[in-house]
Amino acid sequence: MSVDLQVTLPGLELKNPIIPASGCFGFGEEFAELYDLNQLGGIMIKAATVKARIGNPTPRIAETYGGILNAIGLQNPGVEAIIRDKLPWLAQFDLAVIANIAGDTMEEYEELGRRLSDNEVVKALELNISCPNVEKGGLAFGTDPDIAAELTARVKKVASKPVYVKLSPNVTDIVRIARAVEEAGADGLSMINTLLGMRIDLKSGKTILANGTGGLSGPAIKPVAIRMIYQVYKEVQIPIIGMGGIQQARDVLEFLYAGASAVGVGTANFIDPYVCPRIIRELPELLAGHGFTSVQEAVGYAHK
Amino acid sequence: MKLTEDMLVIKNEEIARDIYELVLKGQNVQLMKEAGQFVNIQLERKGLILRRPFSICEINYSEKEFKIIYRVLGEGTEELARLKAGARLNVFGPLGTGFPESGLAKDEVALLIGGGIGVPPLYELARRLHKRGNKVISVLGFQDKEGIFYVEEFGQYSELHVATMDGSYGYKGNVLELIGHLQQDFDILYACGPMAMLKSIQEAYSQQKRGYISLEERMACGIGACYGCVCDKEGEPPYQKRVCKEGPVFSLNEVSL
Repeated sequence: MSVDLQVTLPGLELKNPIIPASGCFGFGEEFAELYDLNQLGGIMIKAATVKARIGNPTPRIAETYGGILNAIGLQNPGVEAIIRDKLPWLAQFDLAVIANIAGDTMEEYEELGRRLSDNEVVKALELNISCPNVEKGGLAFGTDPDIAAELTARVKKVASKPVYVKLSPNVTDIVRIARAVEEAGADGLSMINTLLGMRIDLKSGKTILANGTGGLSGPAIKPVAIRMIYQVYKEVQIPIIGMGGIQQARDVLEFLYAGASAVGVGTANFIDPYVCPRIIRELPELLAGHGFTSVQEAVGYAHK
Repeated sequence: MKLTEDMLVIKNEEIARDIYELVLKGQNVQLMKEAGQFVNIQLERKGLILRRPFSICEINYSEKEFKIIYRVLGEGTEELARLKAGARLNVFGPLGTGFPESGLAKDEVALLIGGGIGVPPLYELARRLHKRGNKVISVLGFQDKEGIFYVEEFGQYSELHVATMDGSYGYKGNVLELIGHLQQDFDILYACGPMAMLKSIQEAYSQQKRGYISLEERMACGIGACYGCVCDKEGEPPYQKRVCKEGPVFSLNEVSL
């Protein structure tokens, strides 16, 4: 039985639903040394800021059971260098490029949204309003429904491509934020970003991360992601790109059931650098084994 | 060819207090280019999800084997220490940029400076430089007599000097004091060890000598994608290098410690 892996979302024609998640895959260059990126459905590139950022002091990584904490701090070469160096390089691949943008102010989000969506390599924007590792912007925009909605509306106004809003799990009511950005014109959601966490070193008595807190990712957060996607799917009409702890094809199916139309794979790339092609290879048989002939059929299956 | 491989554990033995020697066998040994590169090893226990980076200590191309030496320091290395010969470990690598040898003329003298668990990557380098015909001087520092390893091995390929902090073996003091005491001339230095040692070496020699240092940092991906393990680069504007990609070996003046 042949299984149709194709997924069509606003601005995105994906040959399969597997997309490396932003921040875990750089701009693809390192992984292109390991395998052919044309296998992937798309790529969510590392967050772009207006100016180059060097990020937080090290240690930036701490491990915990079933996950990692990171506090990279949005290190990136800045939007100009990304447009000049990274996007032309990505153009060689048959790959839906989703540009993640992060500003300190609404004006910065607008500038980033305009410049990146006007680039022909970029097929959609991912509005990062949920990074827990930067002082300004980031999470502050993602925890207040009114601010999140205003920001979404402003970026939508200047962007020439669809806008996906990346939601933070660090909120009391994720549905409220999801509804607010949908009403403000978001074309889709991506969820979830990392959960705010901390680890303390027993010898020094200090936090392991130099930044103090960091974002928890990996299999430990998968049930939180599944729950939030399940809740949001029932309440919004726009599509969801789901992420949070995916390590294998079975996890992808669970995300589809909860209501995701496609998925981001993040931390798992650090464990098995070949995880994305492996999942893409395993997915048809798994879907067929559960009686599906397409990815589309499995989306929201838990709600039926 | 995949850069991840389930390699066979040939040997895993304690060779000094809390110091283990692990020999692994696999096809990807052929891909190892330079001394100072590293591998990122997946542990069996699923709870600890990140790989662990270890520098390559010795490469045996004909047997397709390589060696790492590690100190048992936490949950990951405790698990590693329990492995027996015949087990399999998923090894990702070789990764990173190692010690360059090409800039070294045949008649030049190389000084290798190793501190504690920073000693292992210098061993493959000592073998290579010795084979090239260079004079190699090794100055190795350890905490005490019980923590010493690979003294005989280094002795085969270099003029060896050992220091211990408590004086229970060799010179009493740290490696820099021992180097000062020896008053040996050299043309290039290669160093790996604790950050304090590398800082002192940089202060003492970066103006007058060529040299390379190998850094350690907490890593996630090991290939430069996550930016977890950066270090500061010298010069303006502030810029950073990735320890796992541009490093772990950097030239003496390249990074600010």
